[in-house]
Amino acid sequence: MTVATDAQLVEFADDVGDTDVVAVEGARTRWRVGGDLSLGARLVRAPAGILDYQPEEMIVRALAGTSVDELHAELKTRGQRTALARRAGTVGGALAVGENDVDVLGRGRIRDCVLQVKYVSAEGRIIKCGGPTVKNVSGFDVPRMMVGALGTLGLIGEVILRTNPIPATTTWITSDDADPFAVPNMVLKPSAVLWDGERTWVELEGHQLDVRAQEQDLGAIGTWRSCEGPPELPTHRWSLRPTDLRRLDCSEMGPYVASVGVGTVFATVAQPYRHVAKPLAELFDRIKHEFDPTERLNPGRSPVGRYR
Amino acid sequence: MVAELRHELSPDRVRTDSAERALYAHDASVFVGGVSGPICFPVNAREVQLIARICATHGRSIVPRGAGTGLAGGAIPLGAPIVVVTTKMTRILEVDVENRIAWVEPGLINLDLSRALHPYGFHFAPDPSSQQACTIGGNVANNSGGPHCLAYGVTSQHVVAIDVVLPDGELVTLGGLDAEPDGYDVRGAFVGSEGTLGIATRIAVRITPTPPAVRTLLLAFDSIEGAANTVSGIIAAGVVPAAMEVMDQAITEAVENFVHAGYPRDAAAVLLAEVDGLAAGVDIDAERIAHIGRANGATSVRVAADDEERSKLWKGRKTAFGAVAQIAPSYYLHDTVVPRAALATVLRAIYDIAARHQLLVVNVFHAGDGNLHPLLLFDPRDPGVLEQVHEAGREIVLASLAAGGVLSGEHGIGVEKQEYMSLMFSSDDLDHQNRLRRSFDPTCRLNPGKVIPSSHSCADIQALRSVPKGVWG
Repeated sequence: MTVATDAQLVEFADDVGDTDVVAVEGARTRWRVGGDLSLGARLVRAPAGILDYQPEEMIVRALAGTSVDELHAELKTRGQRTALARRAGTVGGALAVGENDVDVLGRGRIRDCVLQVKYVSAEGRIIKCGGPTVKNVSGFDVPRMMVGALGTLGLIGEVILRTNPIPATTTWITSDDADPFAVPNMVLKPSAVLWDGERTWVELEGHQLDVRAQEQDLGAIGTWRSCEGPPELPTHRWSLRPTDLRRLDCSEMGPYVASVGVGTVFATVAQPYRHVAKPLAELFDRIKHEFDPTERLNPGRSPVGRYR
Repeated sequence: MVAELRHELSPDRVRTDSAERALYAHDASVFVGGVSGPICFPVNAREVQLIARICATHGRSIVPRGAGTGLAGGAIPLGAPIVVVTTKMTRILEVDVENRIAWVEPGLINLDLSRALHPYGFHFAPDPSSQQACTIGGNVANNSGGPHCLAYGVTSQHVVAIDVVLPDGELVTLGGLDAEPDGYDVRGAFVGSEGTLGIATRIAVRITPTPPAVRTLLLAFDSIEGAANTVSGIIAAGVVPAAMEVMDQAITEAVENFVHAGYPRDAAAVLLAEVDGLAAGVDIDAERIAHIGRANGATSVRVAADDEERSKLWKGRKTAFGAVAQIAPSYYLHDTVVPRAALATVLRAIYDIAARHQLLVVNVFHAGDGNLHPLLLFDPRDPGVLEQVHEAGREIVLASLAAGGVLSGEHGIGVEKQEYMSLMFSSDDLDHQNRLRRSFDPTCRLNPGKVIPSSHSCADIQALRSVPKGVWG
């Protein structure tokens, strides 16, 4: 475990400063989400390190530059995990992009695991929002707004995340003849139901006997066999309603893997720009103006039309 | 202005008589603020928009209100605001099982939603103790919790989209039914904003499948530390029950007098733990909880044999606040959160604080997430007792913060803890919370004087100015 202090956060704030345009760089795993960075932006990096892990409190405090792999390796030693996407590079990057992992139904949503955020403001100040406990309604829920904001409101420096136990058993099964939309009605809480238009993959987690019983229940809607894990996921993400997945059009999005019950579709073609209603767009503009009046944070990027 | 409001709504849904004004000057808290201006009962989003526009034209502030069950004074008027009551907007507009959401109006009562979902095999997970009276809109405003939020999460995790009327009368939809809505998470920011960002007129909530297996355990202890340590031990063992509630001896006895559920009167504390899910896992987890309880000194472990016994046990917990009337005529309920490991220490501090102020205190709380609910008991006729209650409350807040906790777990800030915000947040932190508020409400006319300390929210001072002339006519 890395030990670090607030000094690293102060150093990060000093680096961000309060004048020129800056962009934060993590592992560049989702570098182009939200648009290309404006030319001339100075790159900064958040500090890295796990500061405090209290498994009995189900919380972990880490600096934003910590790799998600390192964080999850540490948590695994105590049988825990977070909702951060395993494909993500850094903790800060995962939160700034805000994408859920493929097994969001079991692992939980990334927005729900963020308890406290310390970020560097456009004025170069360290701002704390949220609190260190698993339950907290002290003031506005600014931490949630930082998730998925692509660093356009503040640059995440340090976070406290809720952890959860890793289930005793995890198994992936696949079927060529099952109706994927019937799966959520057959089992209480599948961790993932993926479908490429022909084949279905299901992840089941929990106590071993329950997992086996659910596998047997699923036998009523198809023939299943074990598999290593989810299929290779195409790069682009489409955000749809769960019921929209019944009418997916390959000619529009190319080969895809859809997350049934969630509405995310991993596709080979990017989702067309989605119109945002004018009053909502104006609200987004006001928020951006309040938090970053000179538009110096991650210029060129916007969470509106993030996958355009 | 009243004439305009009555023209746009209807005369009987814009009330100004003294009895109604007196009623809506209060909520379930002990706090008293200003006076109610005209009290409006809209029936749809369009009427809420019209009210907002009329208030904007006249420069008047608005207090949105559901059932008024909040305990932090979030729904009391400060100044002389127009009160917008959503209790006539009670419909369930759509239950969409495949998308696992229900669209509801804000005035719908929490328990009515779960009852309506029961035939579908679903329920609404947040279950505050006031769920028989509180509204979904109020739950959204306060990011309400409840016993079962330990495993299922608080309201924010169960709201996917909200239609909101902004102070200028614009109607916006925050969030959406799709997997990852575009833009900033304004839905997340709105939940828990205590009526300061807008008025919810339609809410899409997640509906949760009702698990097929449930085990409810009642563990008795001869010390409150034993119960608290059991809670920590259960989480440390990797078990996250659906609920873990602790009651101390005084409240347990009062509850048992009332519900006759077989709560042990002689136990120093009882732990009500519930696990749900699938059959095998539920059995395994229940056994582990019993084992951990015994290892921490549980004097008895009882597992509810059937739904009837389970319901009785829960009735005791959910009516605990009412049962307090057997001990004292009034109480002040606090709400702080501390790390689970600090539960026993902070509870001991709370008993000491109450003793120093010659007050009775009972504790009934969401132990699983460290959410304390000390009830300071008093007789309001005793001279000077309220000052003692408030001072003891302040010391409880300080003890919780000193233990690494937070100001509120589910009741919110309202006016109760507004001035404590500076203990948890710096001036810069509060400035950023205020920036969020200004984005929605640049003139601070929605529920002014709440949440953010007044020194950080100058526009509130304008909104809270004295009662304008002709306010009743």
